[in-house]
Amino acid sequence: MIPTAFEYASPTTVEEAVAALAEAVSHHRDVKVLAGGQSLLPVLRLRLAAPELVVDLSRVEGLRGVRDDGDAIVIGAMTTHDEVMRDPLVNEHDLLLALTTRTVADPQVRHRGTFGGSLAHADPAGDLLAPALALDAQLVIAGPSGRTRTVAAHDFFTDLFTTTLDEDELLVEVRVPKYTGWGASYQKFNRVAQAWSIVGVAAAVKSDGGTIGEARIGLTNMASTPVRARAVEQALVGQPATDEAIRAAVADVTAGTQPPADANADADYRRHLAGVLTRRAVLAAAGA
Amino acid sequence: MSQISVEVDGVTYSDMVEPRTLLVQYLRENLGKVGTVIGCDTSNCGSCTVLLDGRSVKSCSVLAVQADGHKVTTIEGLATDGQLHPVQKAFHNQHALQCGFCTPGMIMATCGLLGENPSPTEEEVREGLEGNLCRCTGYQNIVKAVLEAAPEVAQMSAGESPVEPATQPAGQRAHTTTGEAAAASVGGAS
Repeated sequence: MIPTAFEYASPTTVEEAVAALAEAVSHHRDVKVLAGGQSLLPVLRLRLAAPELVVDLSRVEGLRGVRDDGDAIVIGAMTTHDEVMRDPLVNEHDLLLALTTRTVADPQVRHRGTFGGSLAHADPAGDLLAPALALDAQLVIAGPSGRTRTVAAHDFFTDLFTTTLDEDELLVEVRVPKYTGWGASYQKFNRVAQAWSIVGVAAAVKSDGGTIGEARIGLTNMASTPVRARAVEQALVGQPATDEAIRAAVADVTAGTQPPADANADADYRRHLAGVLTRRAVLAAAGA
Repeated sequence: MSQISVEVDGVTYSDMVEPRTLLVQYLRENLGKVGTVIGCDTSNCGSCTVLLDGRSVKSCSVLAVQADGHKVTTIEGLATDGQLHPVQKAFHNQHALQCGFCTPGMIMATCGLLGENPSPTEEEVREGLEGNLCRCTGYQNIVKAVLEAAPEVAQMSAGESPVEPATQPAGQRAHTTTGEAAAASVGGAS
């Protein structure tokens, strides 16, 4: 199918883009922001959404690229998955994000899909939410009249496909603190490349001489929002990076999760997967 | 309607399109380039893969207006002077197709892959083509074909990009797909 007819705006600055959104919202028009389009265009084609206006960000200056900002790296919202996973700064300082991004869909989708688009879409089965949460990413949001605000990933994802973004706001960049030297692993269970994660586990681990010093763990598709496994993170501190010790420390990883049940897996099976994948992810991230 | 100007297989086309027009529709219905096929409605199958500025994309998940000012290479832009592109030739040699429906997308995804990784391992070929489905499950011969094509593509690209058509009609032609001009230009460009 082809999408229903819509008006199309292709602003060249963040101000123009936000103004277009604000104008549409003030007239109660249904508006969608188009980033890489790898989620939105299928949704439009299947006519699950029929916006009156589509605001395309692809020609907006300054939303693409990765830069070093001292204790964090800053990733423009329109940076593609392909660019993120190949970026030297991301690979050096936030390996977990690079490794996770390599697992997103397939090469064609990674050439178009964007980091910011994935986060703003907030699909609980989307892979990049868990590392953003685990790494304490900060999301920089532009609103009308030049207003900007910064929201922690922890506060950004509020429900299924729902974030704190207002309809007249844009996610413009993401600040990811540096975890230089940390090991990382993203373990994802899905059927084929194009399928969503049934469960995914993102783990970053700081090890010292075979002992785990710090750990950060985010879970994909174990609730309506990404889940941070804080109890497990704490249980891992000081543990030797051995299969036995890690197995014991990650035993309660499903505490606080509310996994969905669907055609791919029921909730119990997702809980089982989360345990197995967390152990594998922590073992790999700890270099064990 | 929006005005777009897109270079497709070496020829520049200027057209008015509805913003909702998908790139694949534009290629097939406006330009008559039906070599690019539509296999699914869910971005799964990869059969509509083309190169956009040299990178593989699924043309069902790109709007024609997003291709404005960019360069598209389709399966129809690979062969030059009646000579198959090395990837096409390798698919032929290795019998890398059964029903053939996925083939245009497989070949374009291969061109994209070899542009980024000129000498992939078998594993890298399999991963590199993970966005394309073959319903006949003829993957073994597809992988063999990609491995066979790689050295020749690398040799061919010494100097220029493997994903760009080597020769094209001289100069850029304005093309408008309305009325009789459309039919004439489509014929002329194919």
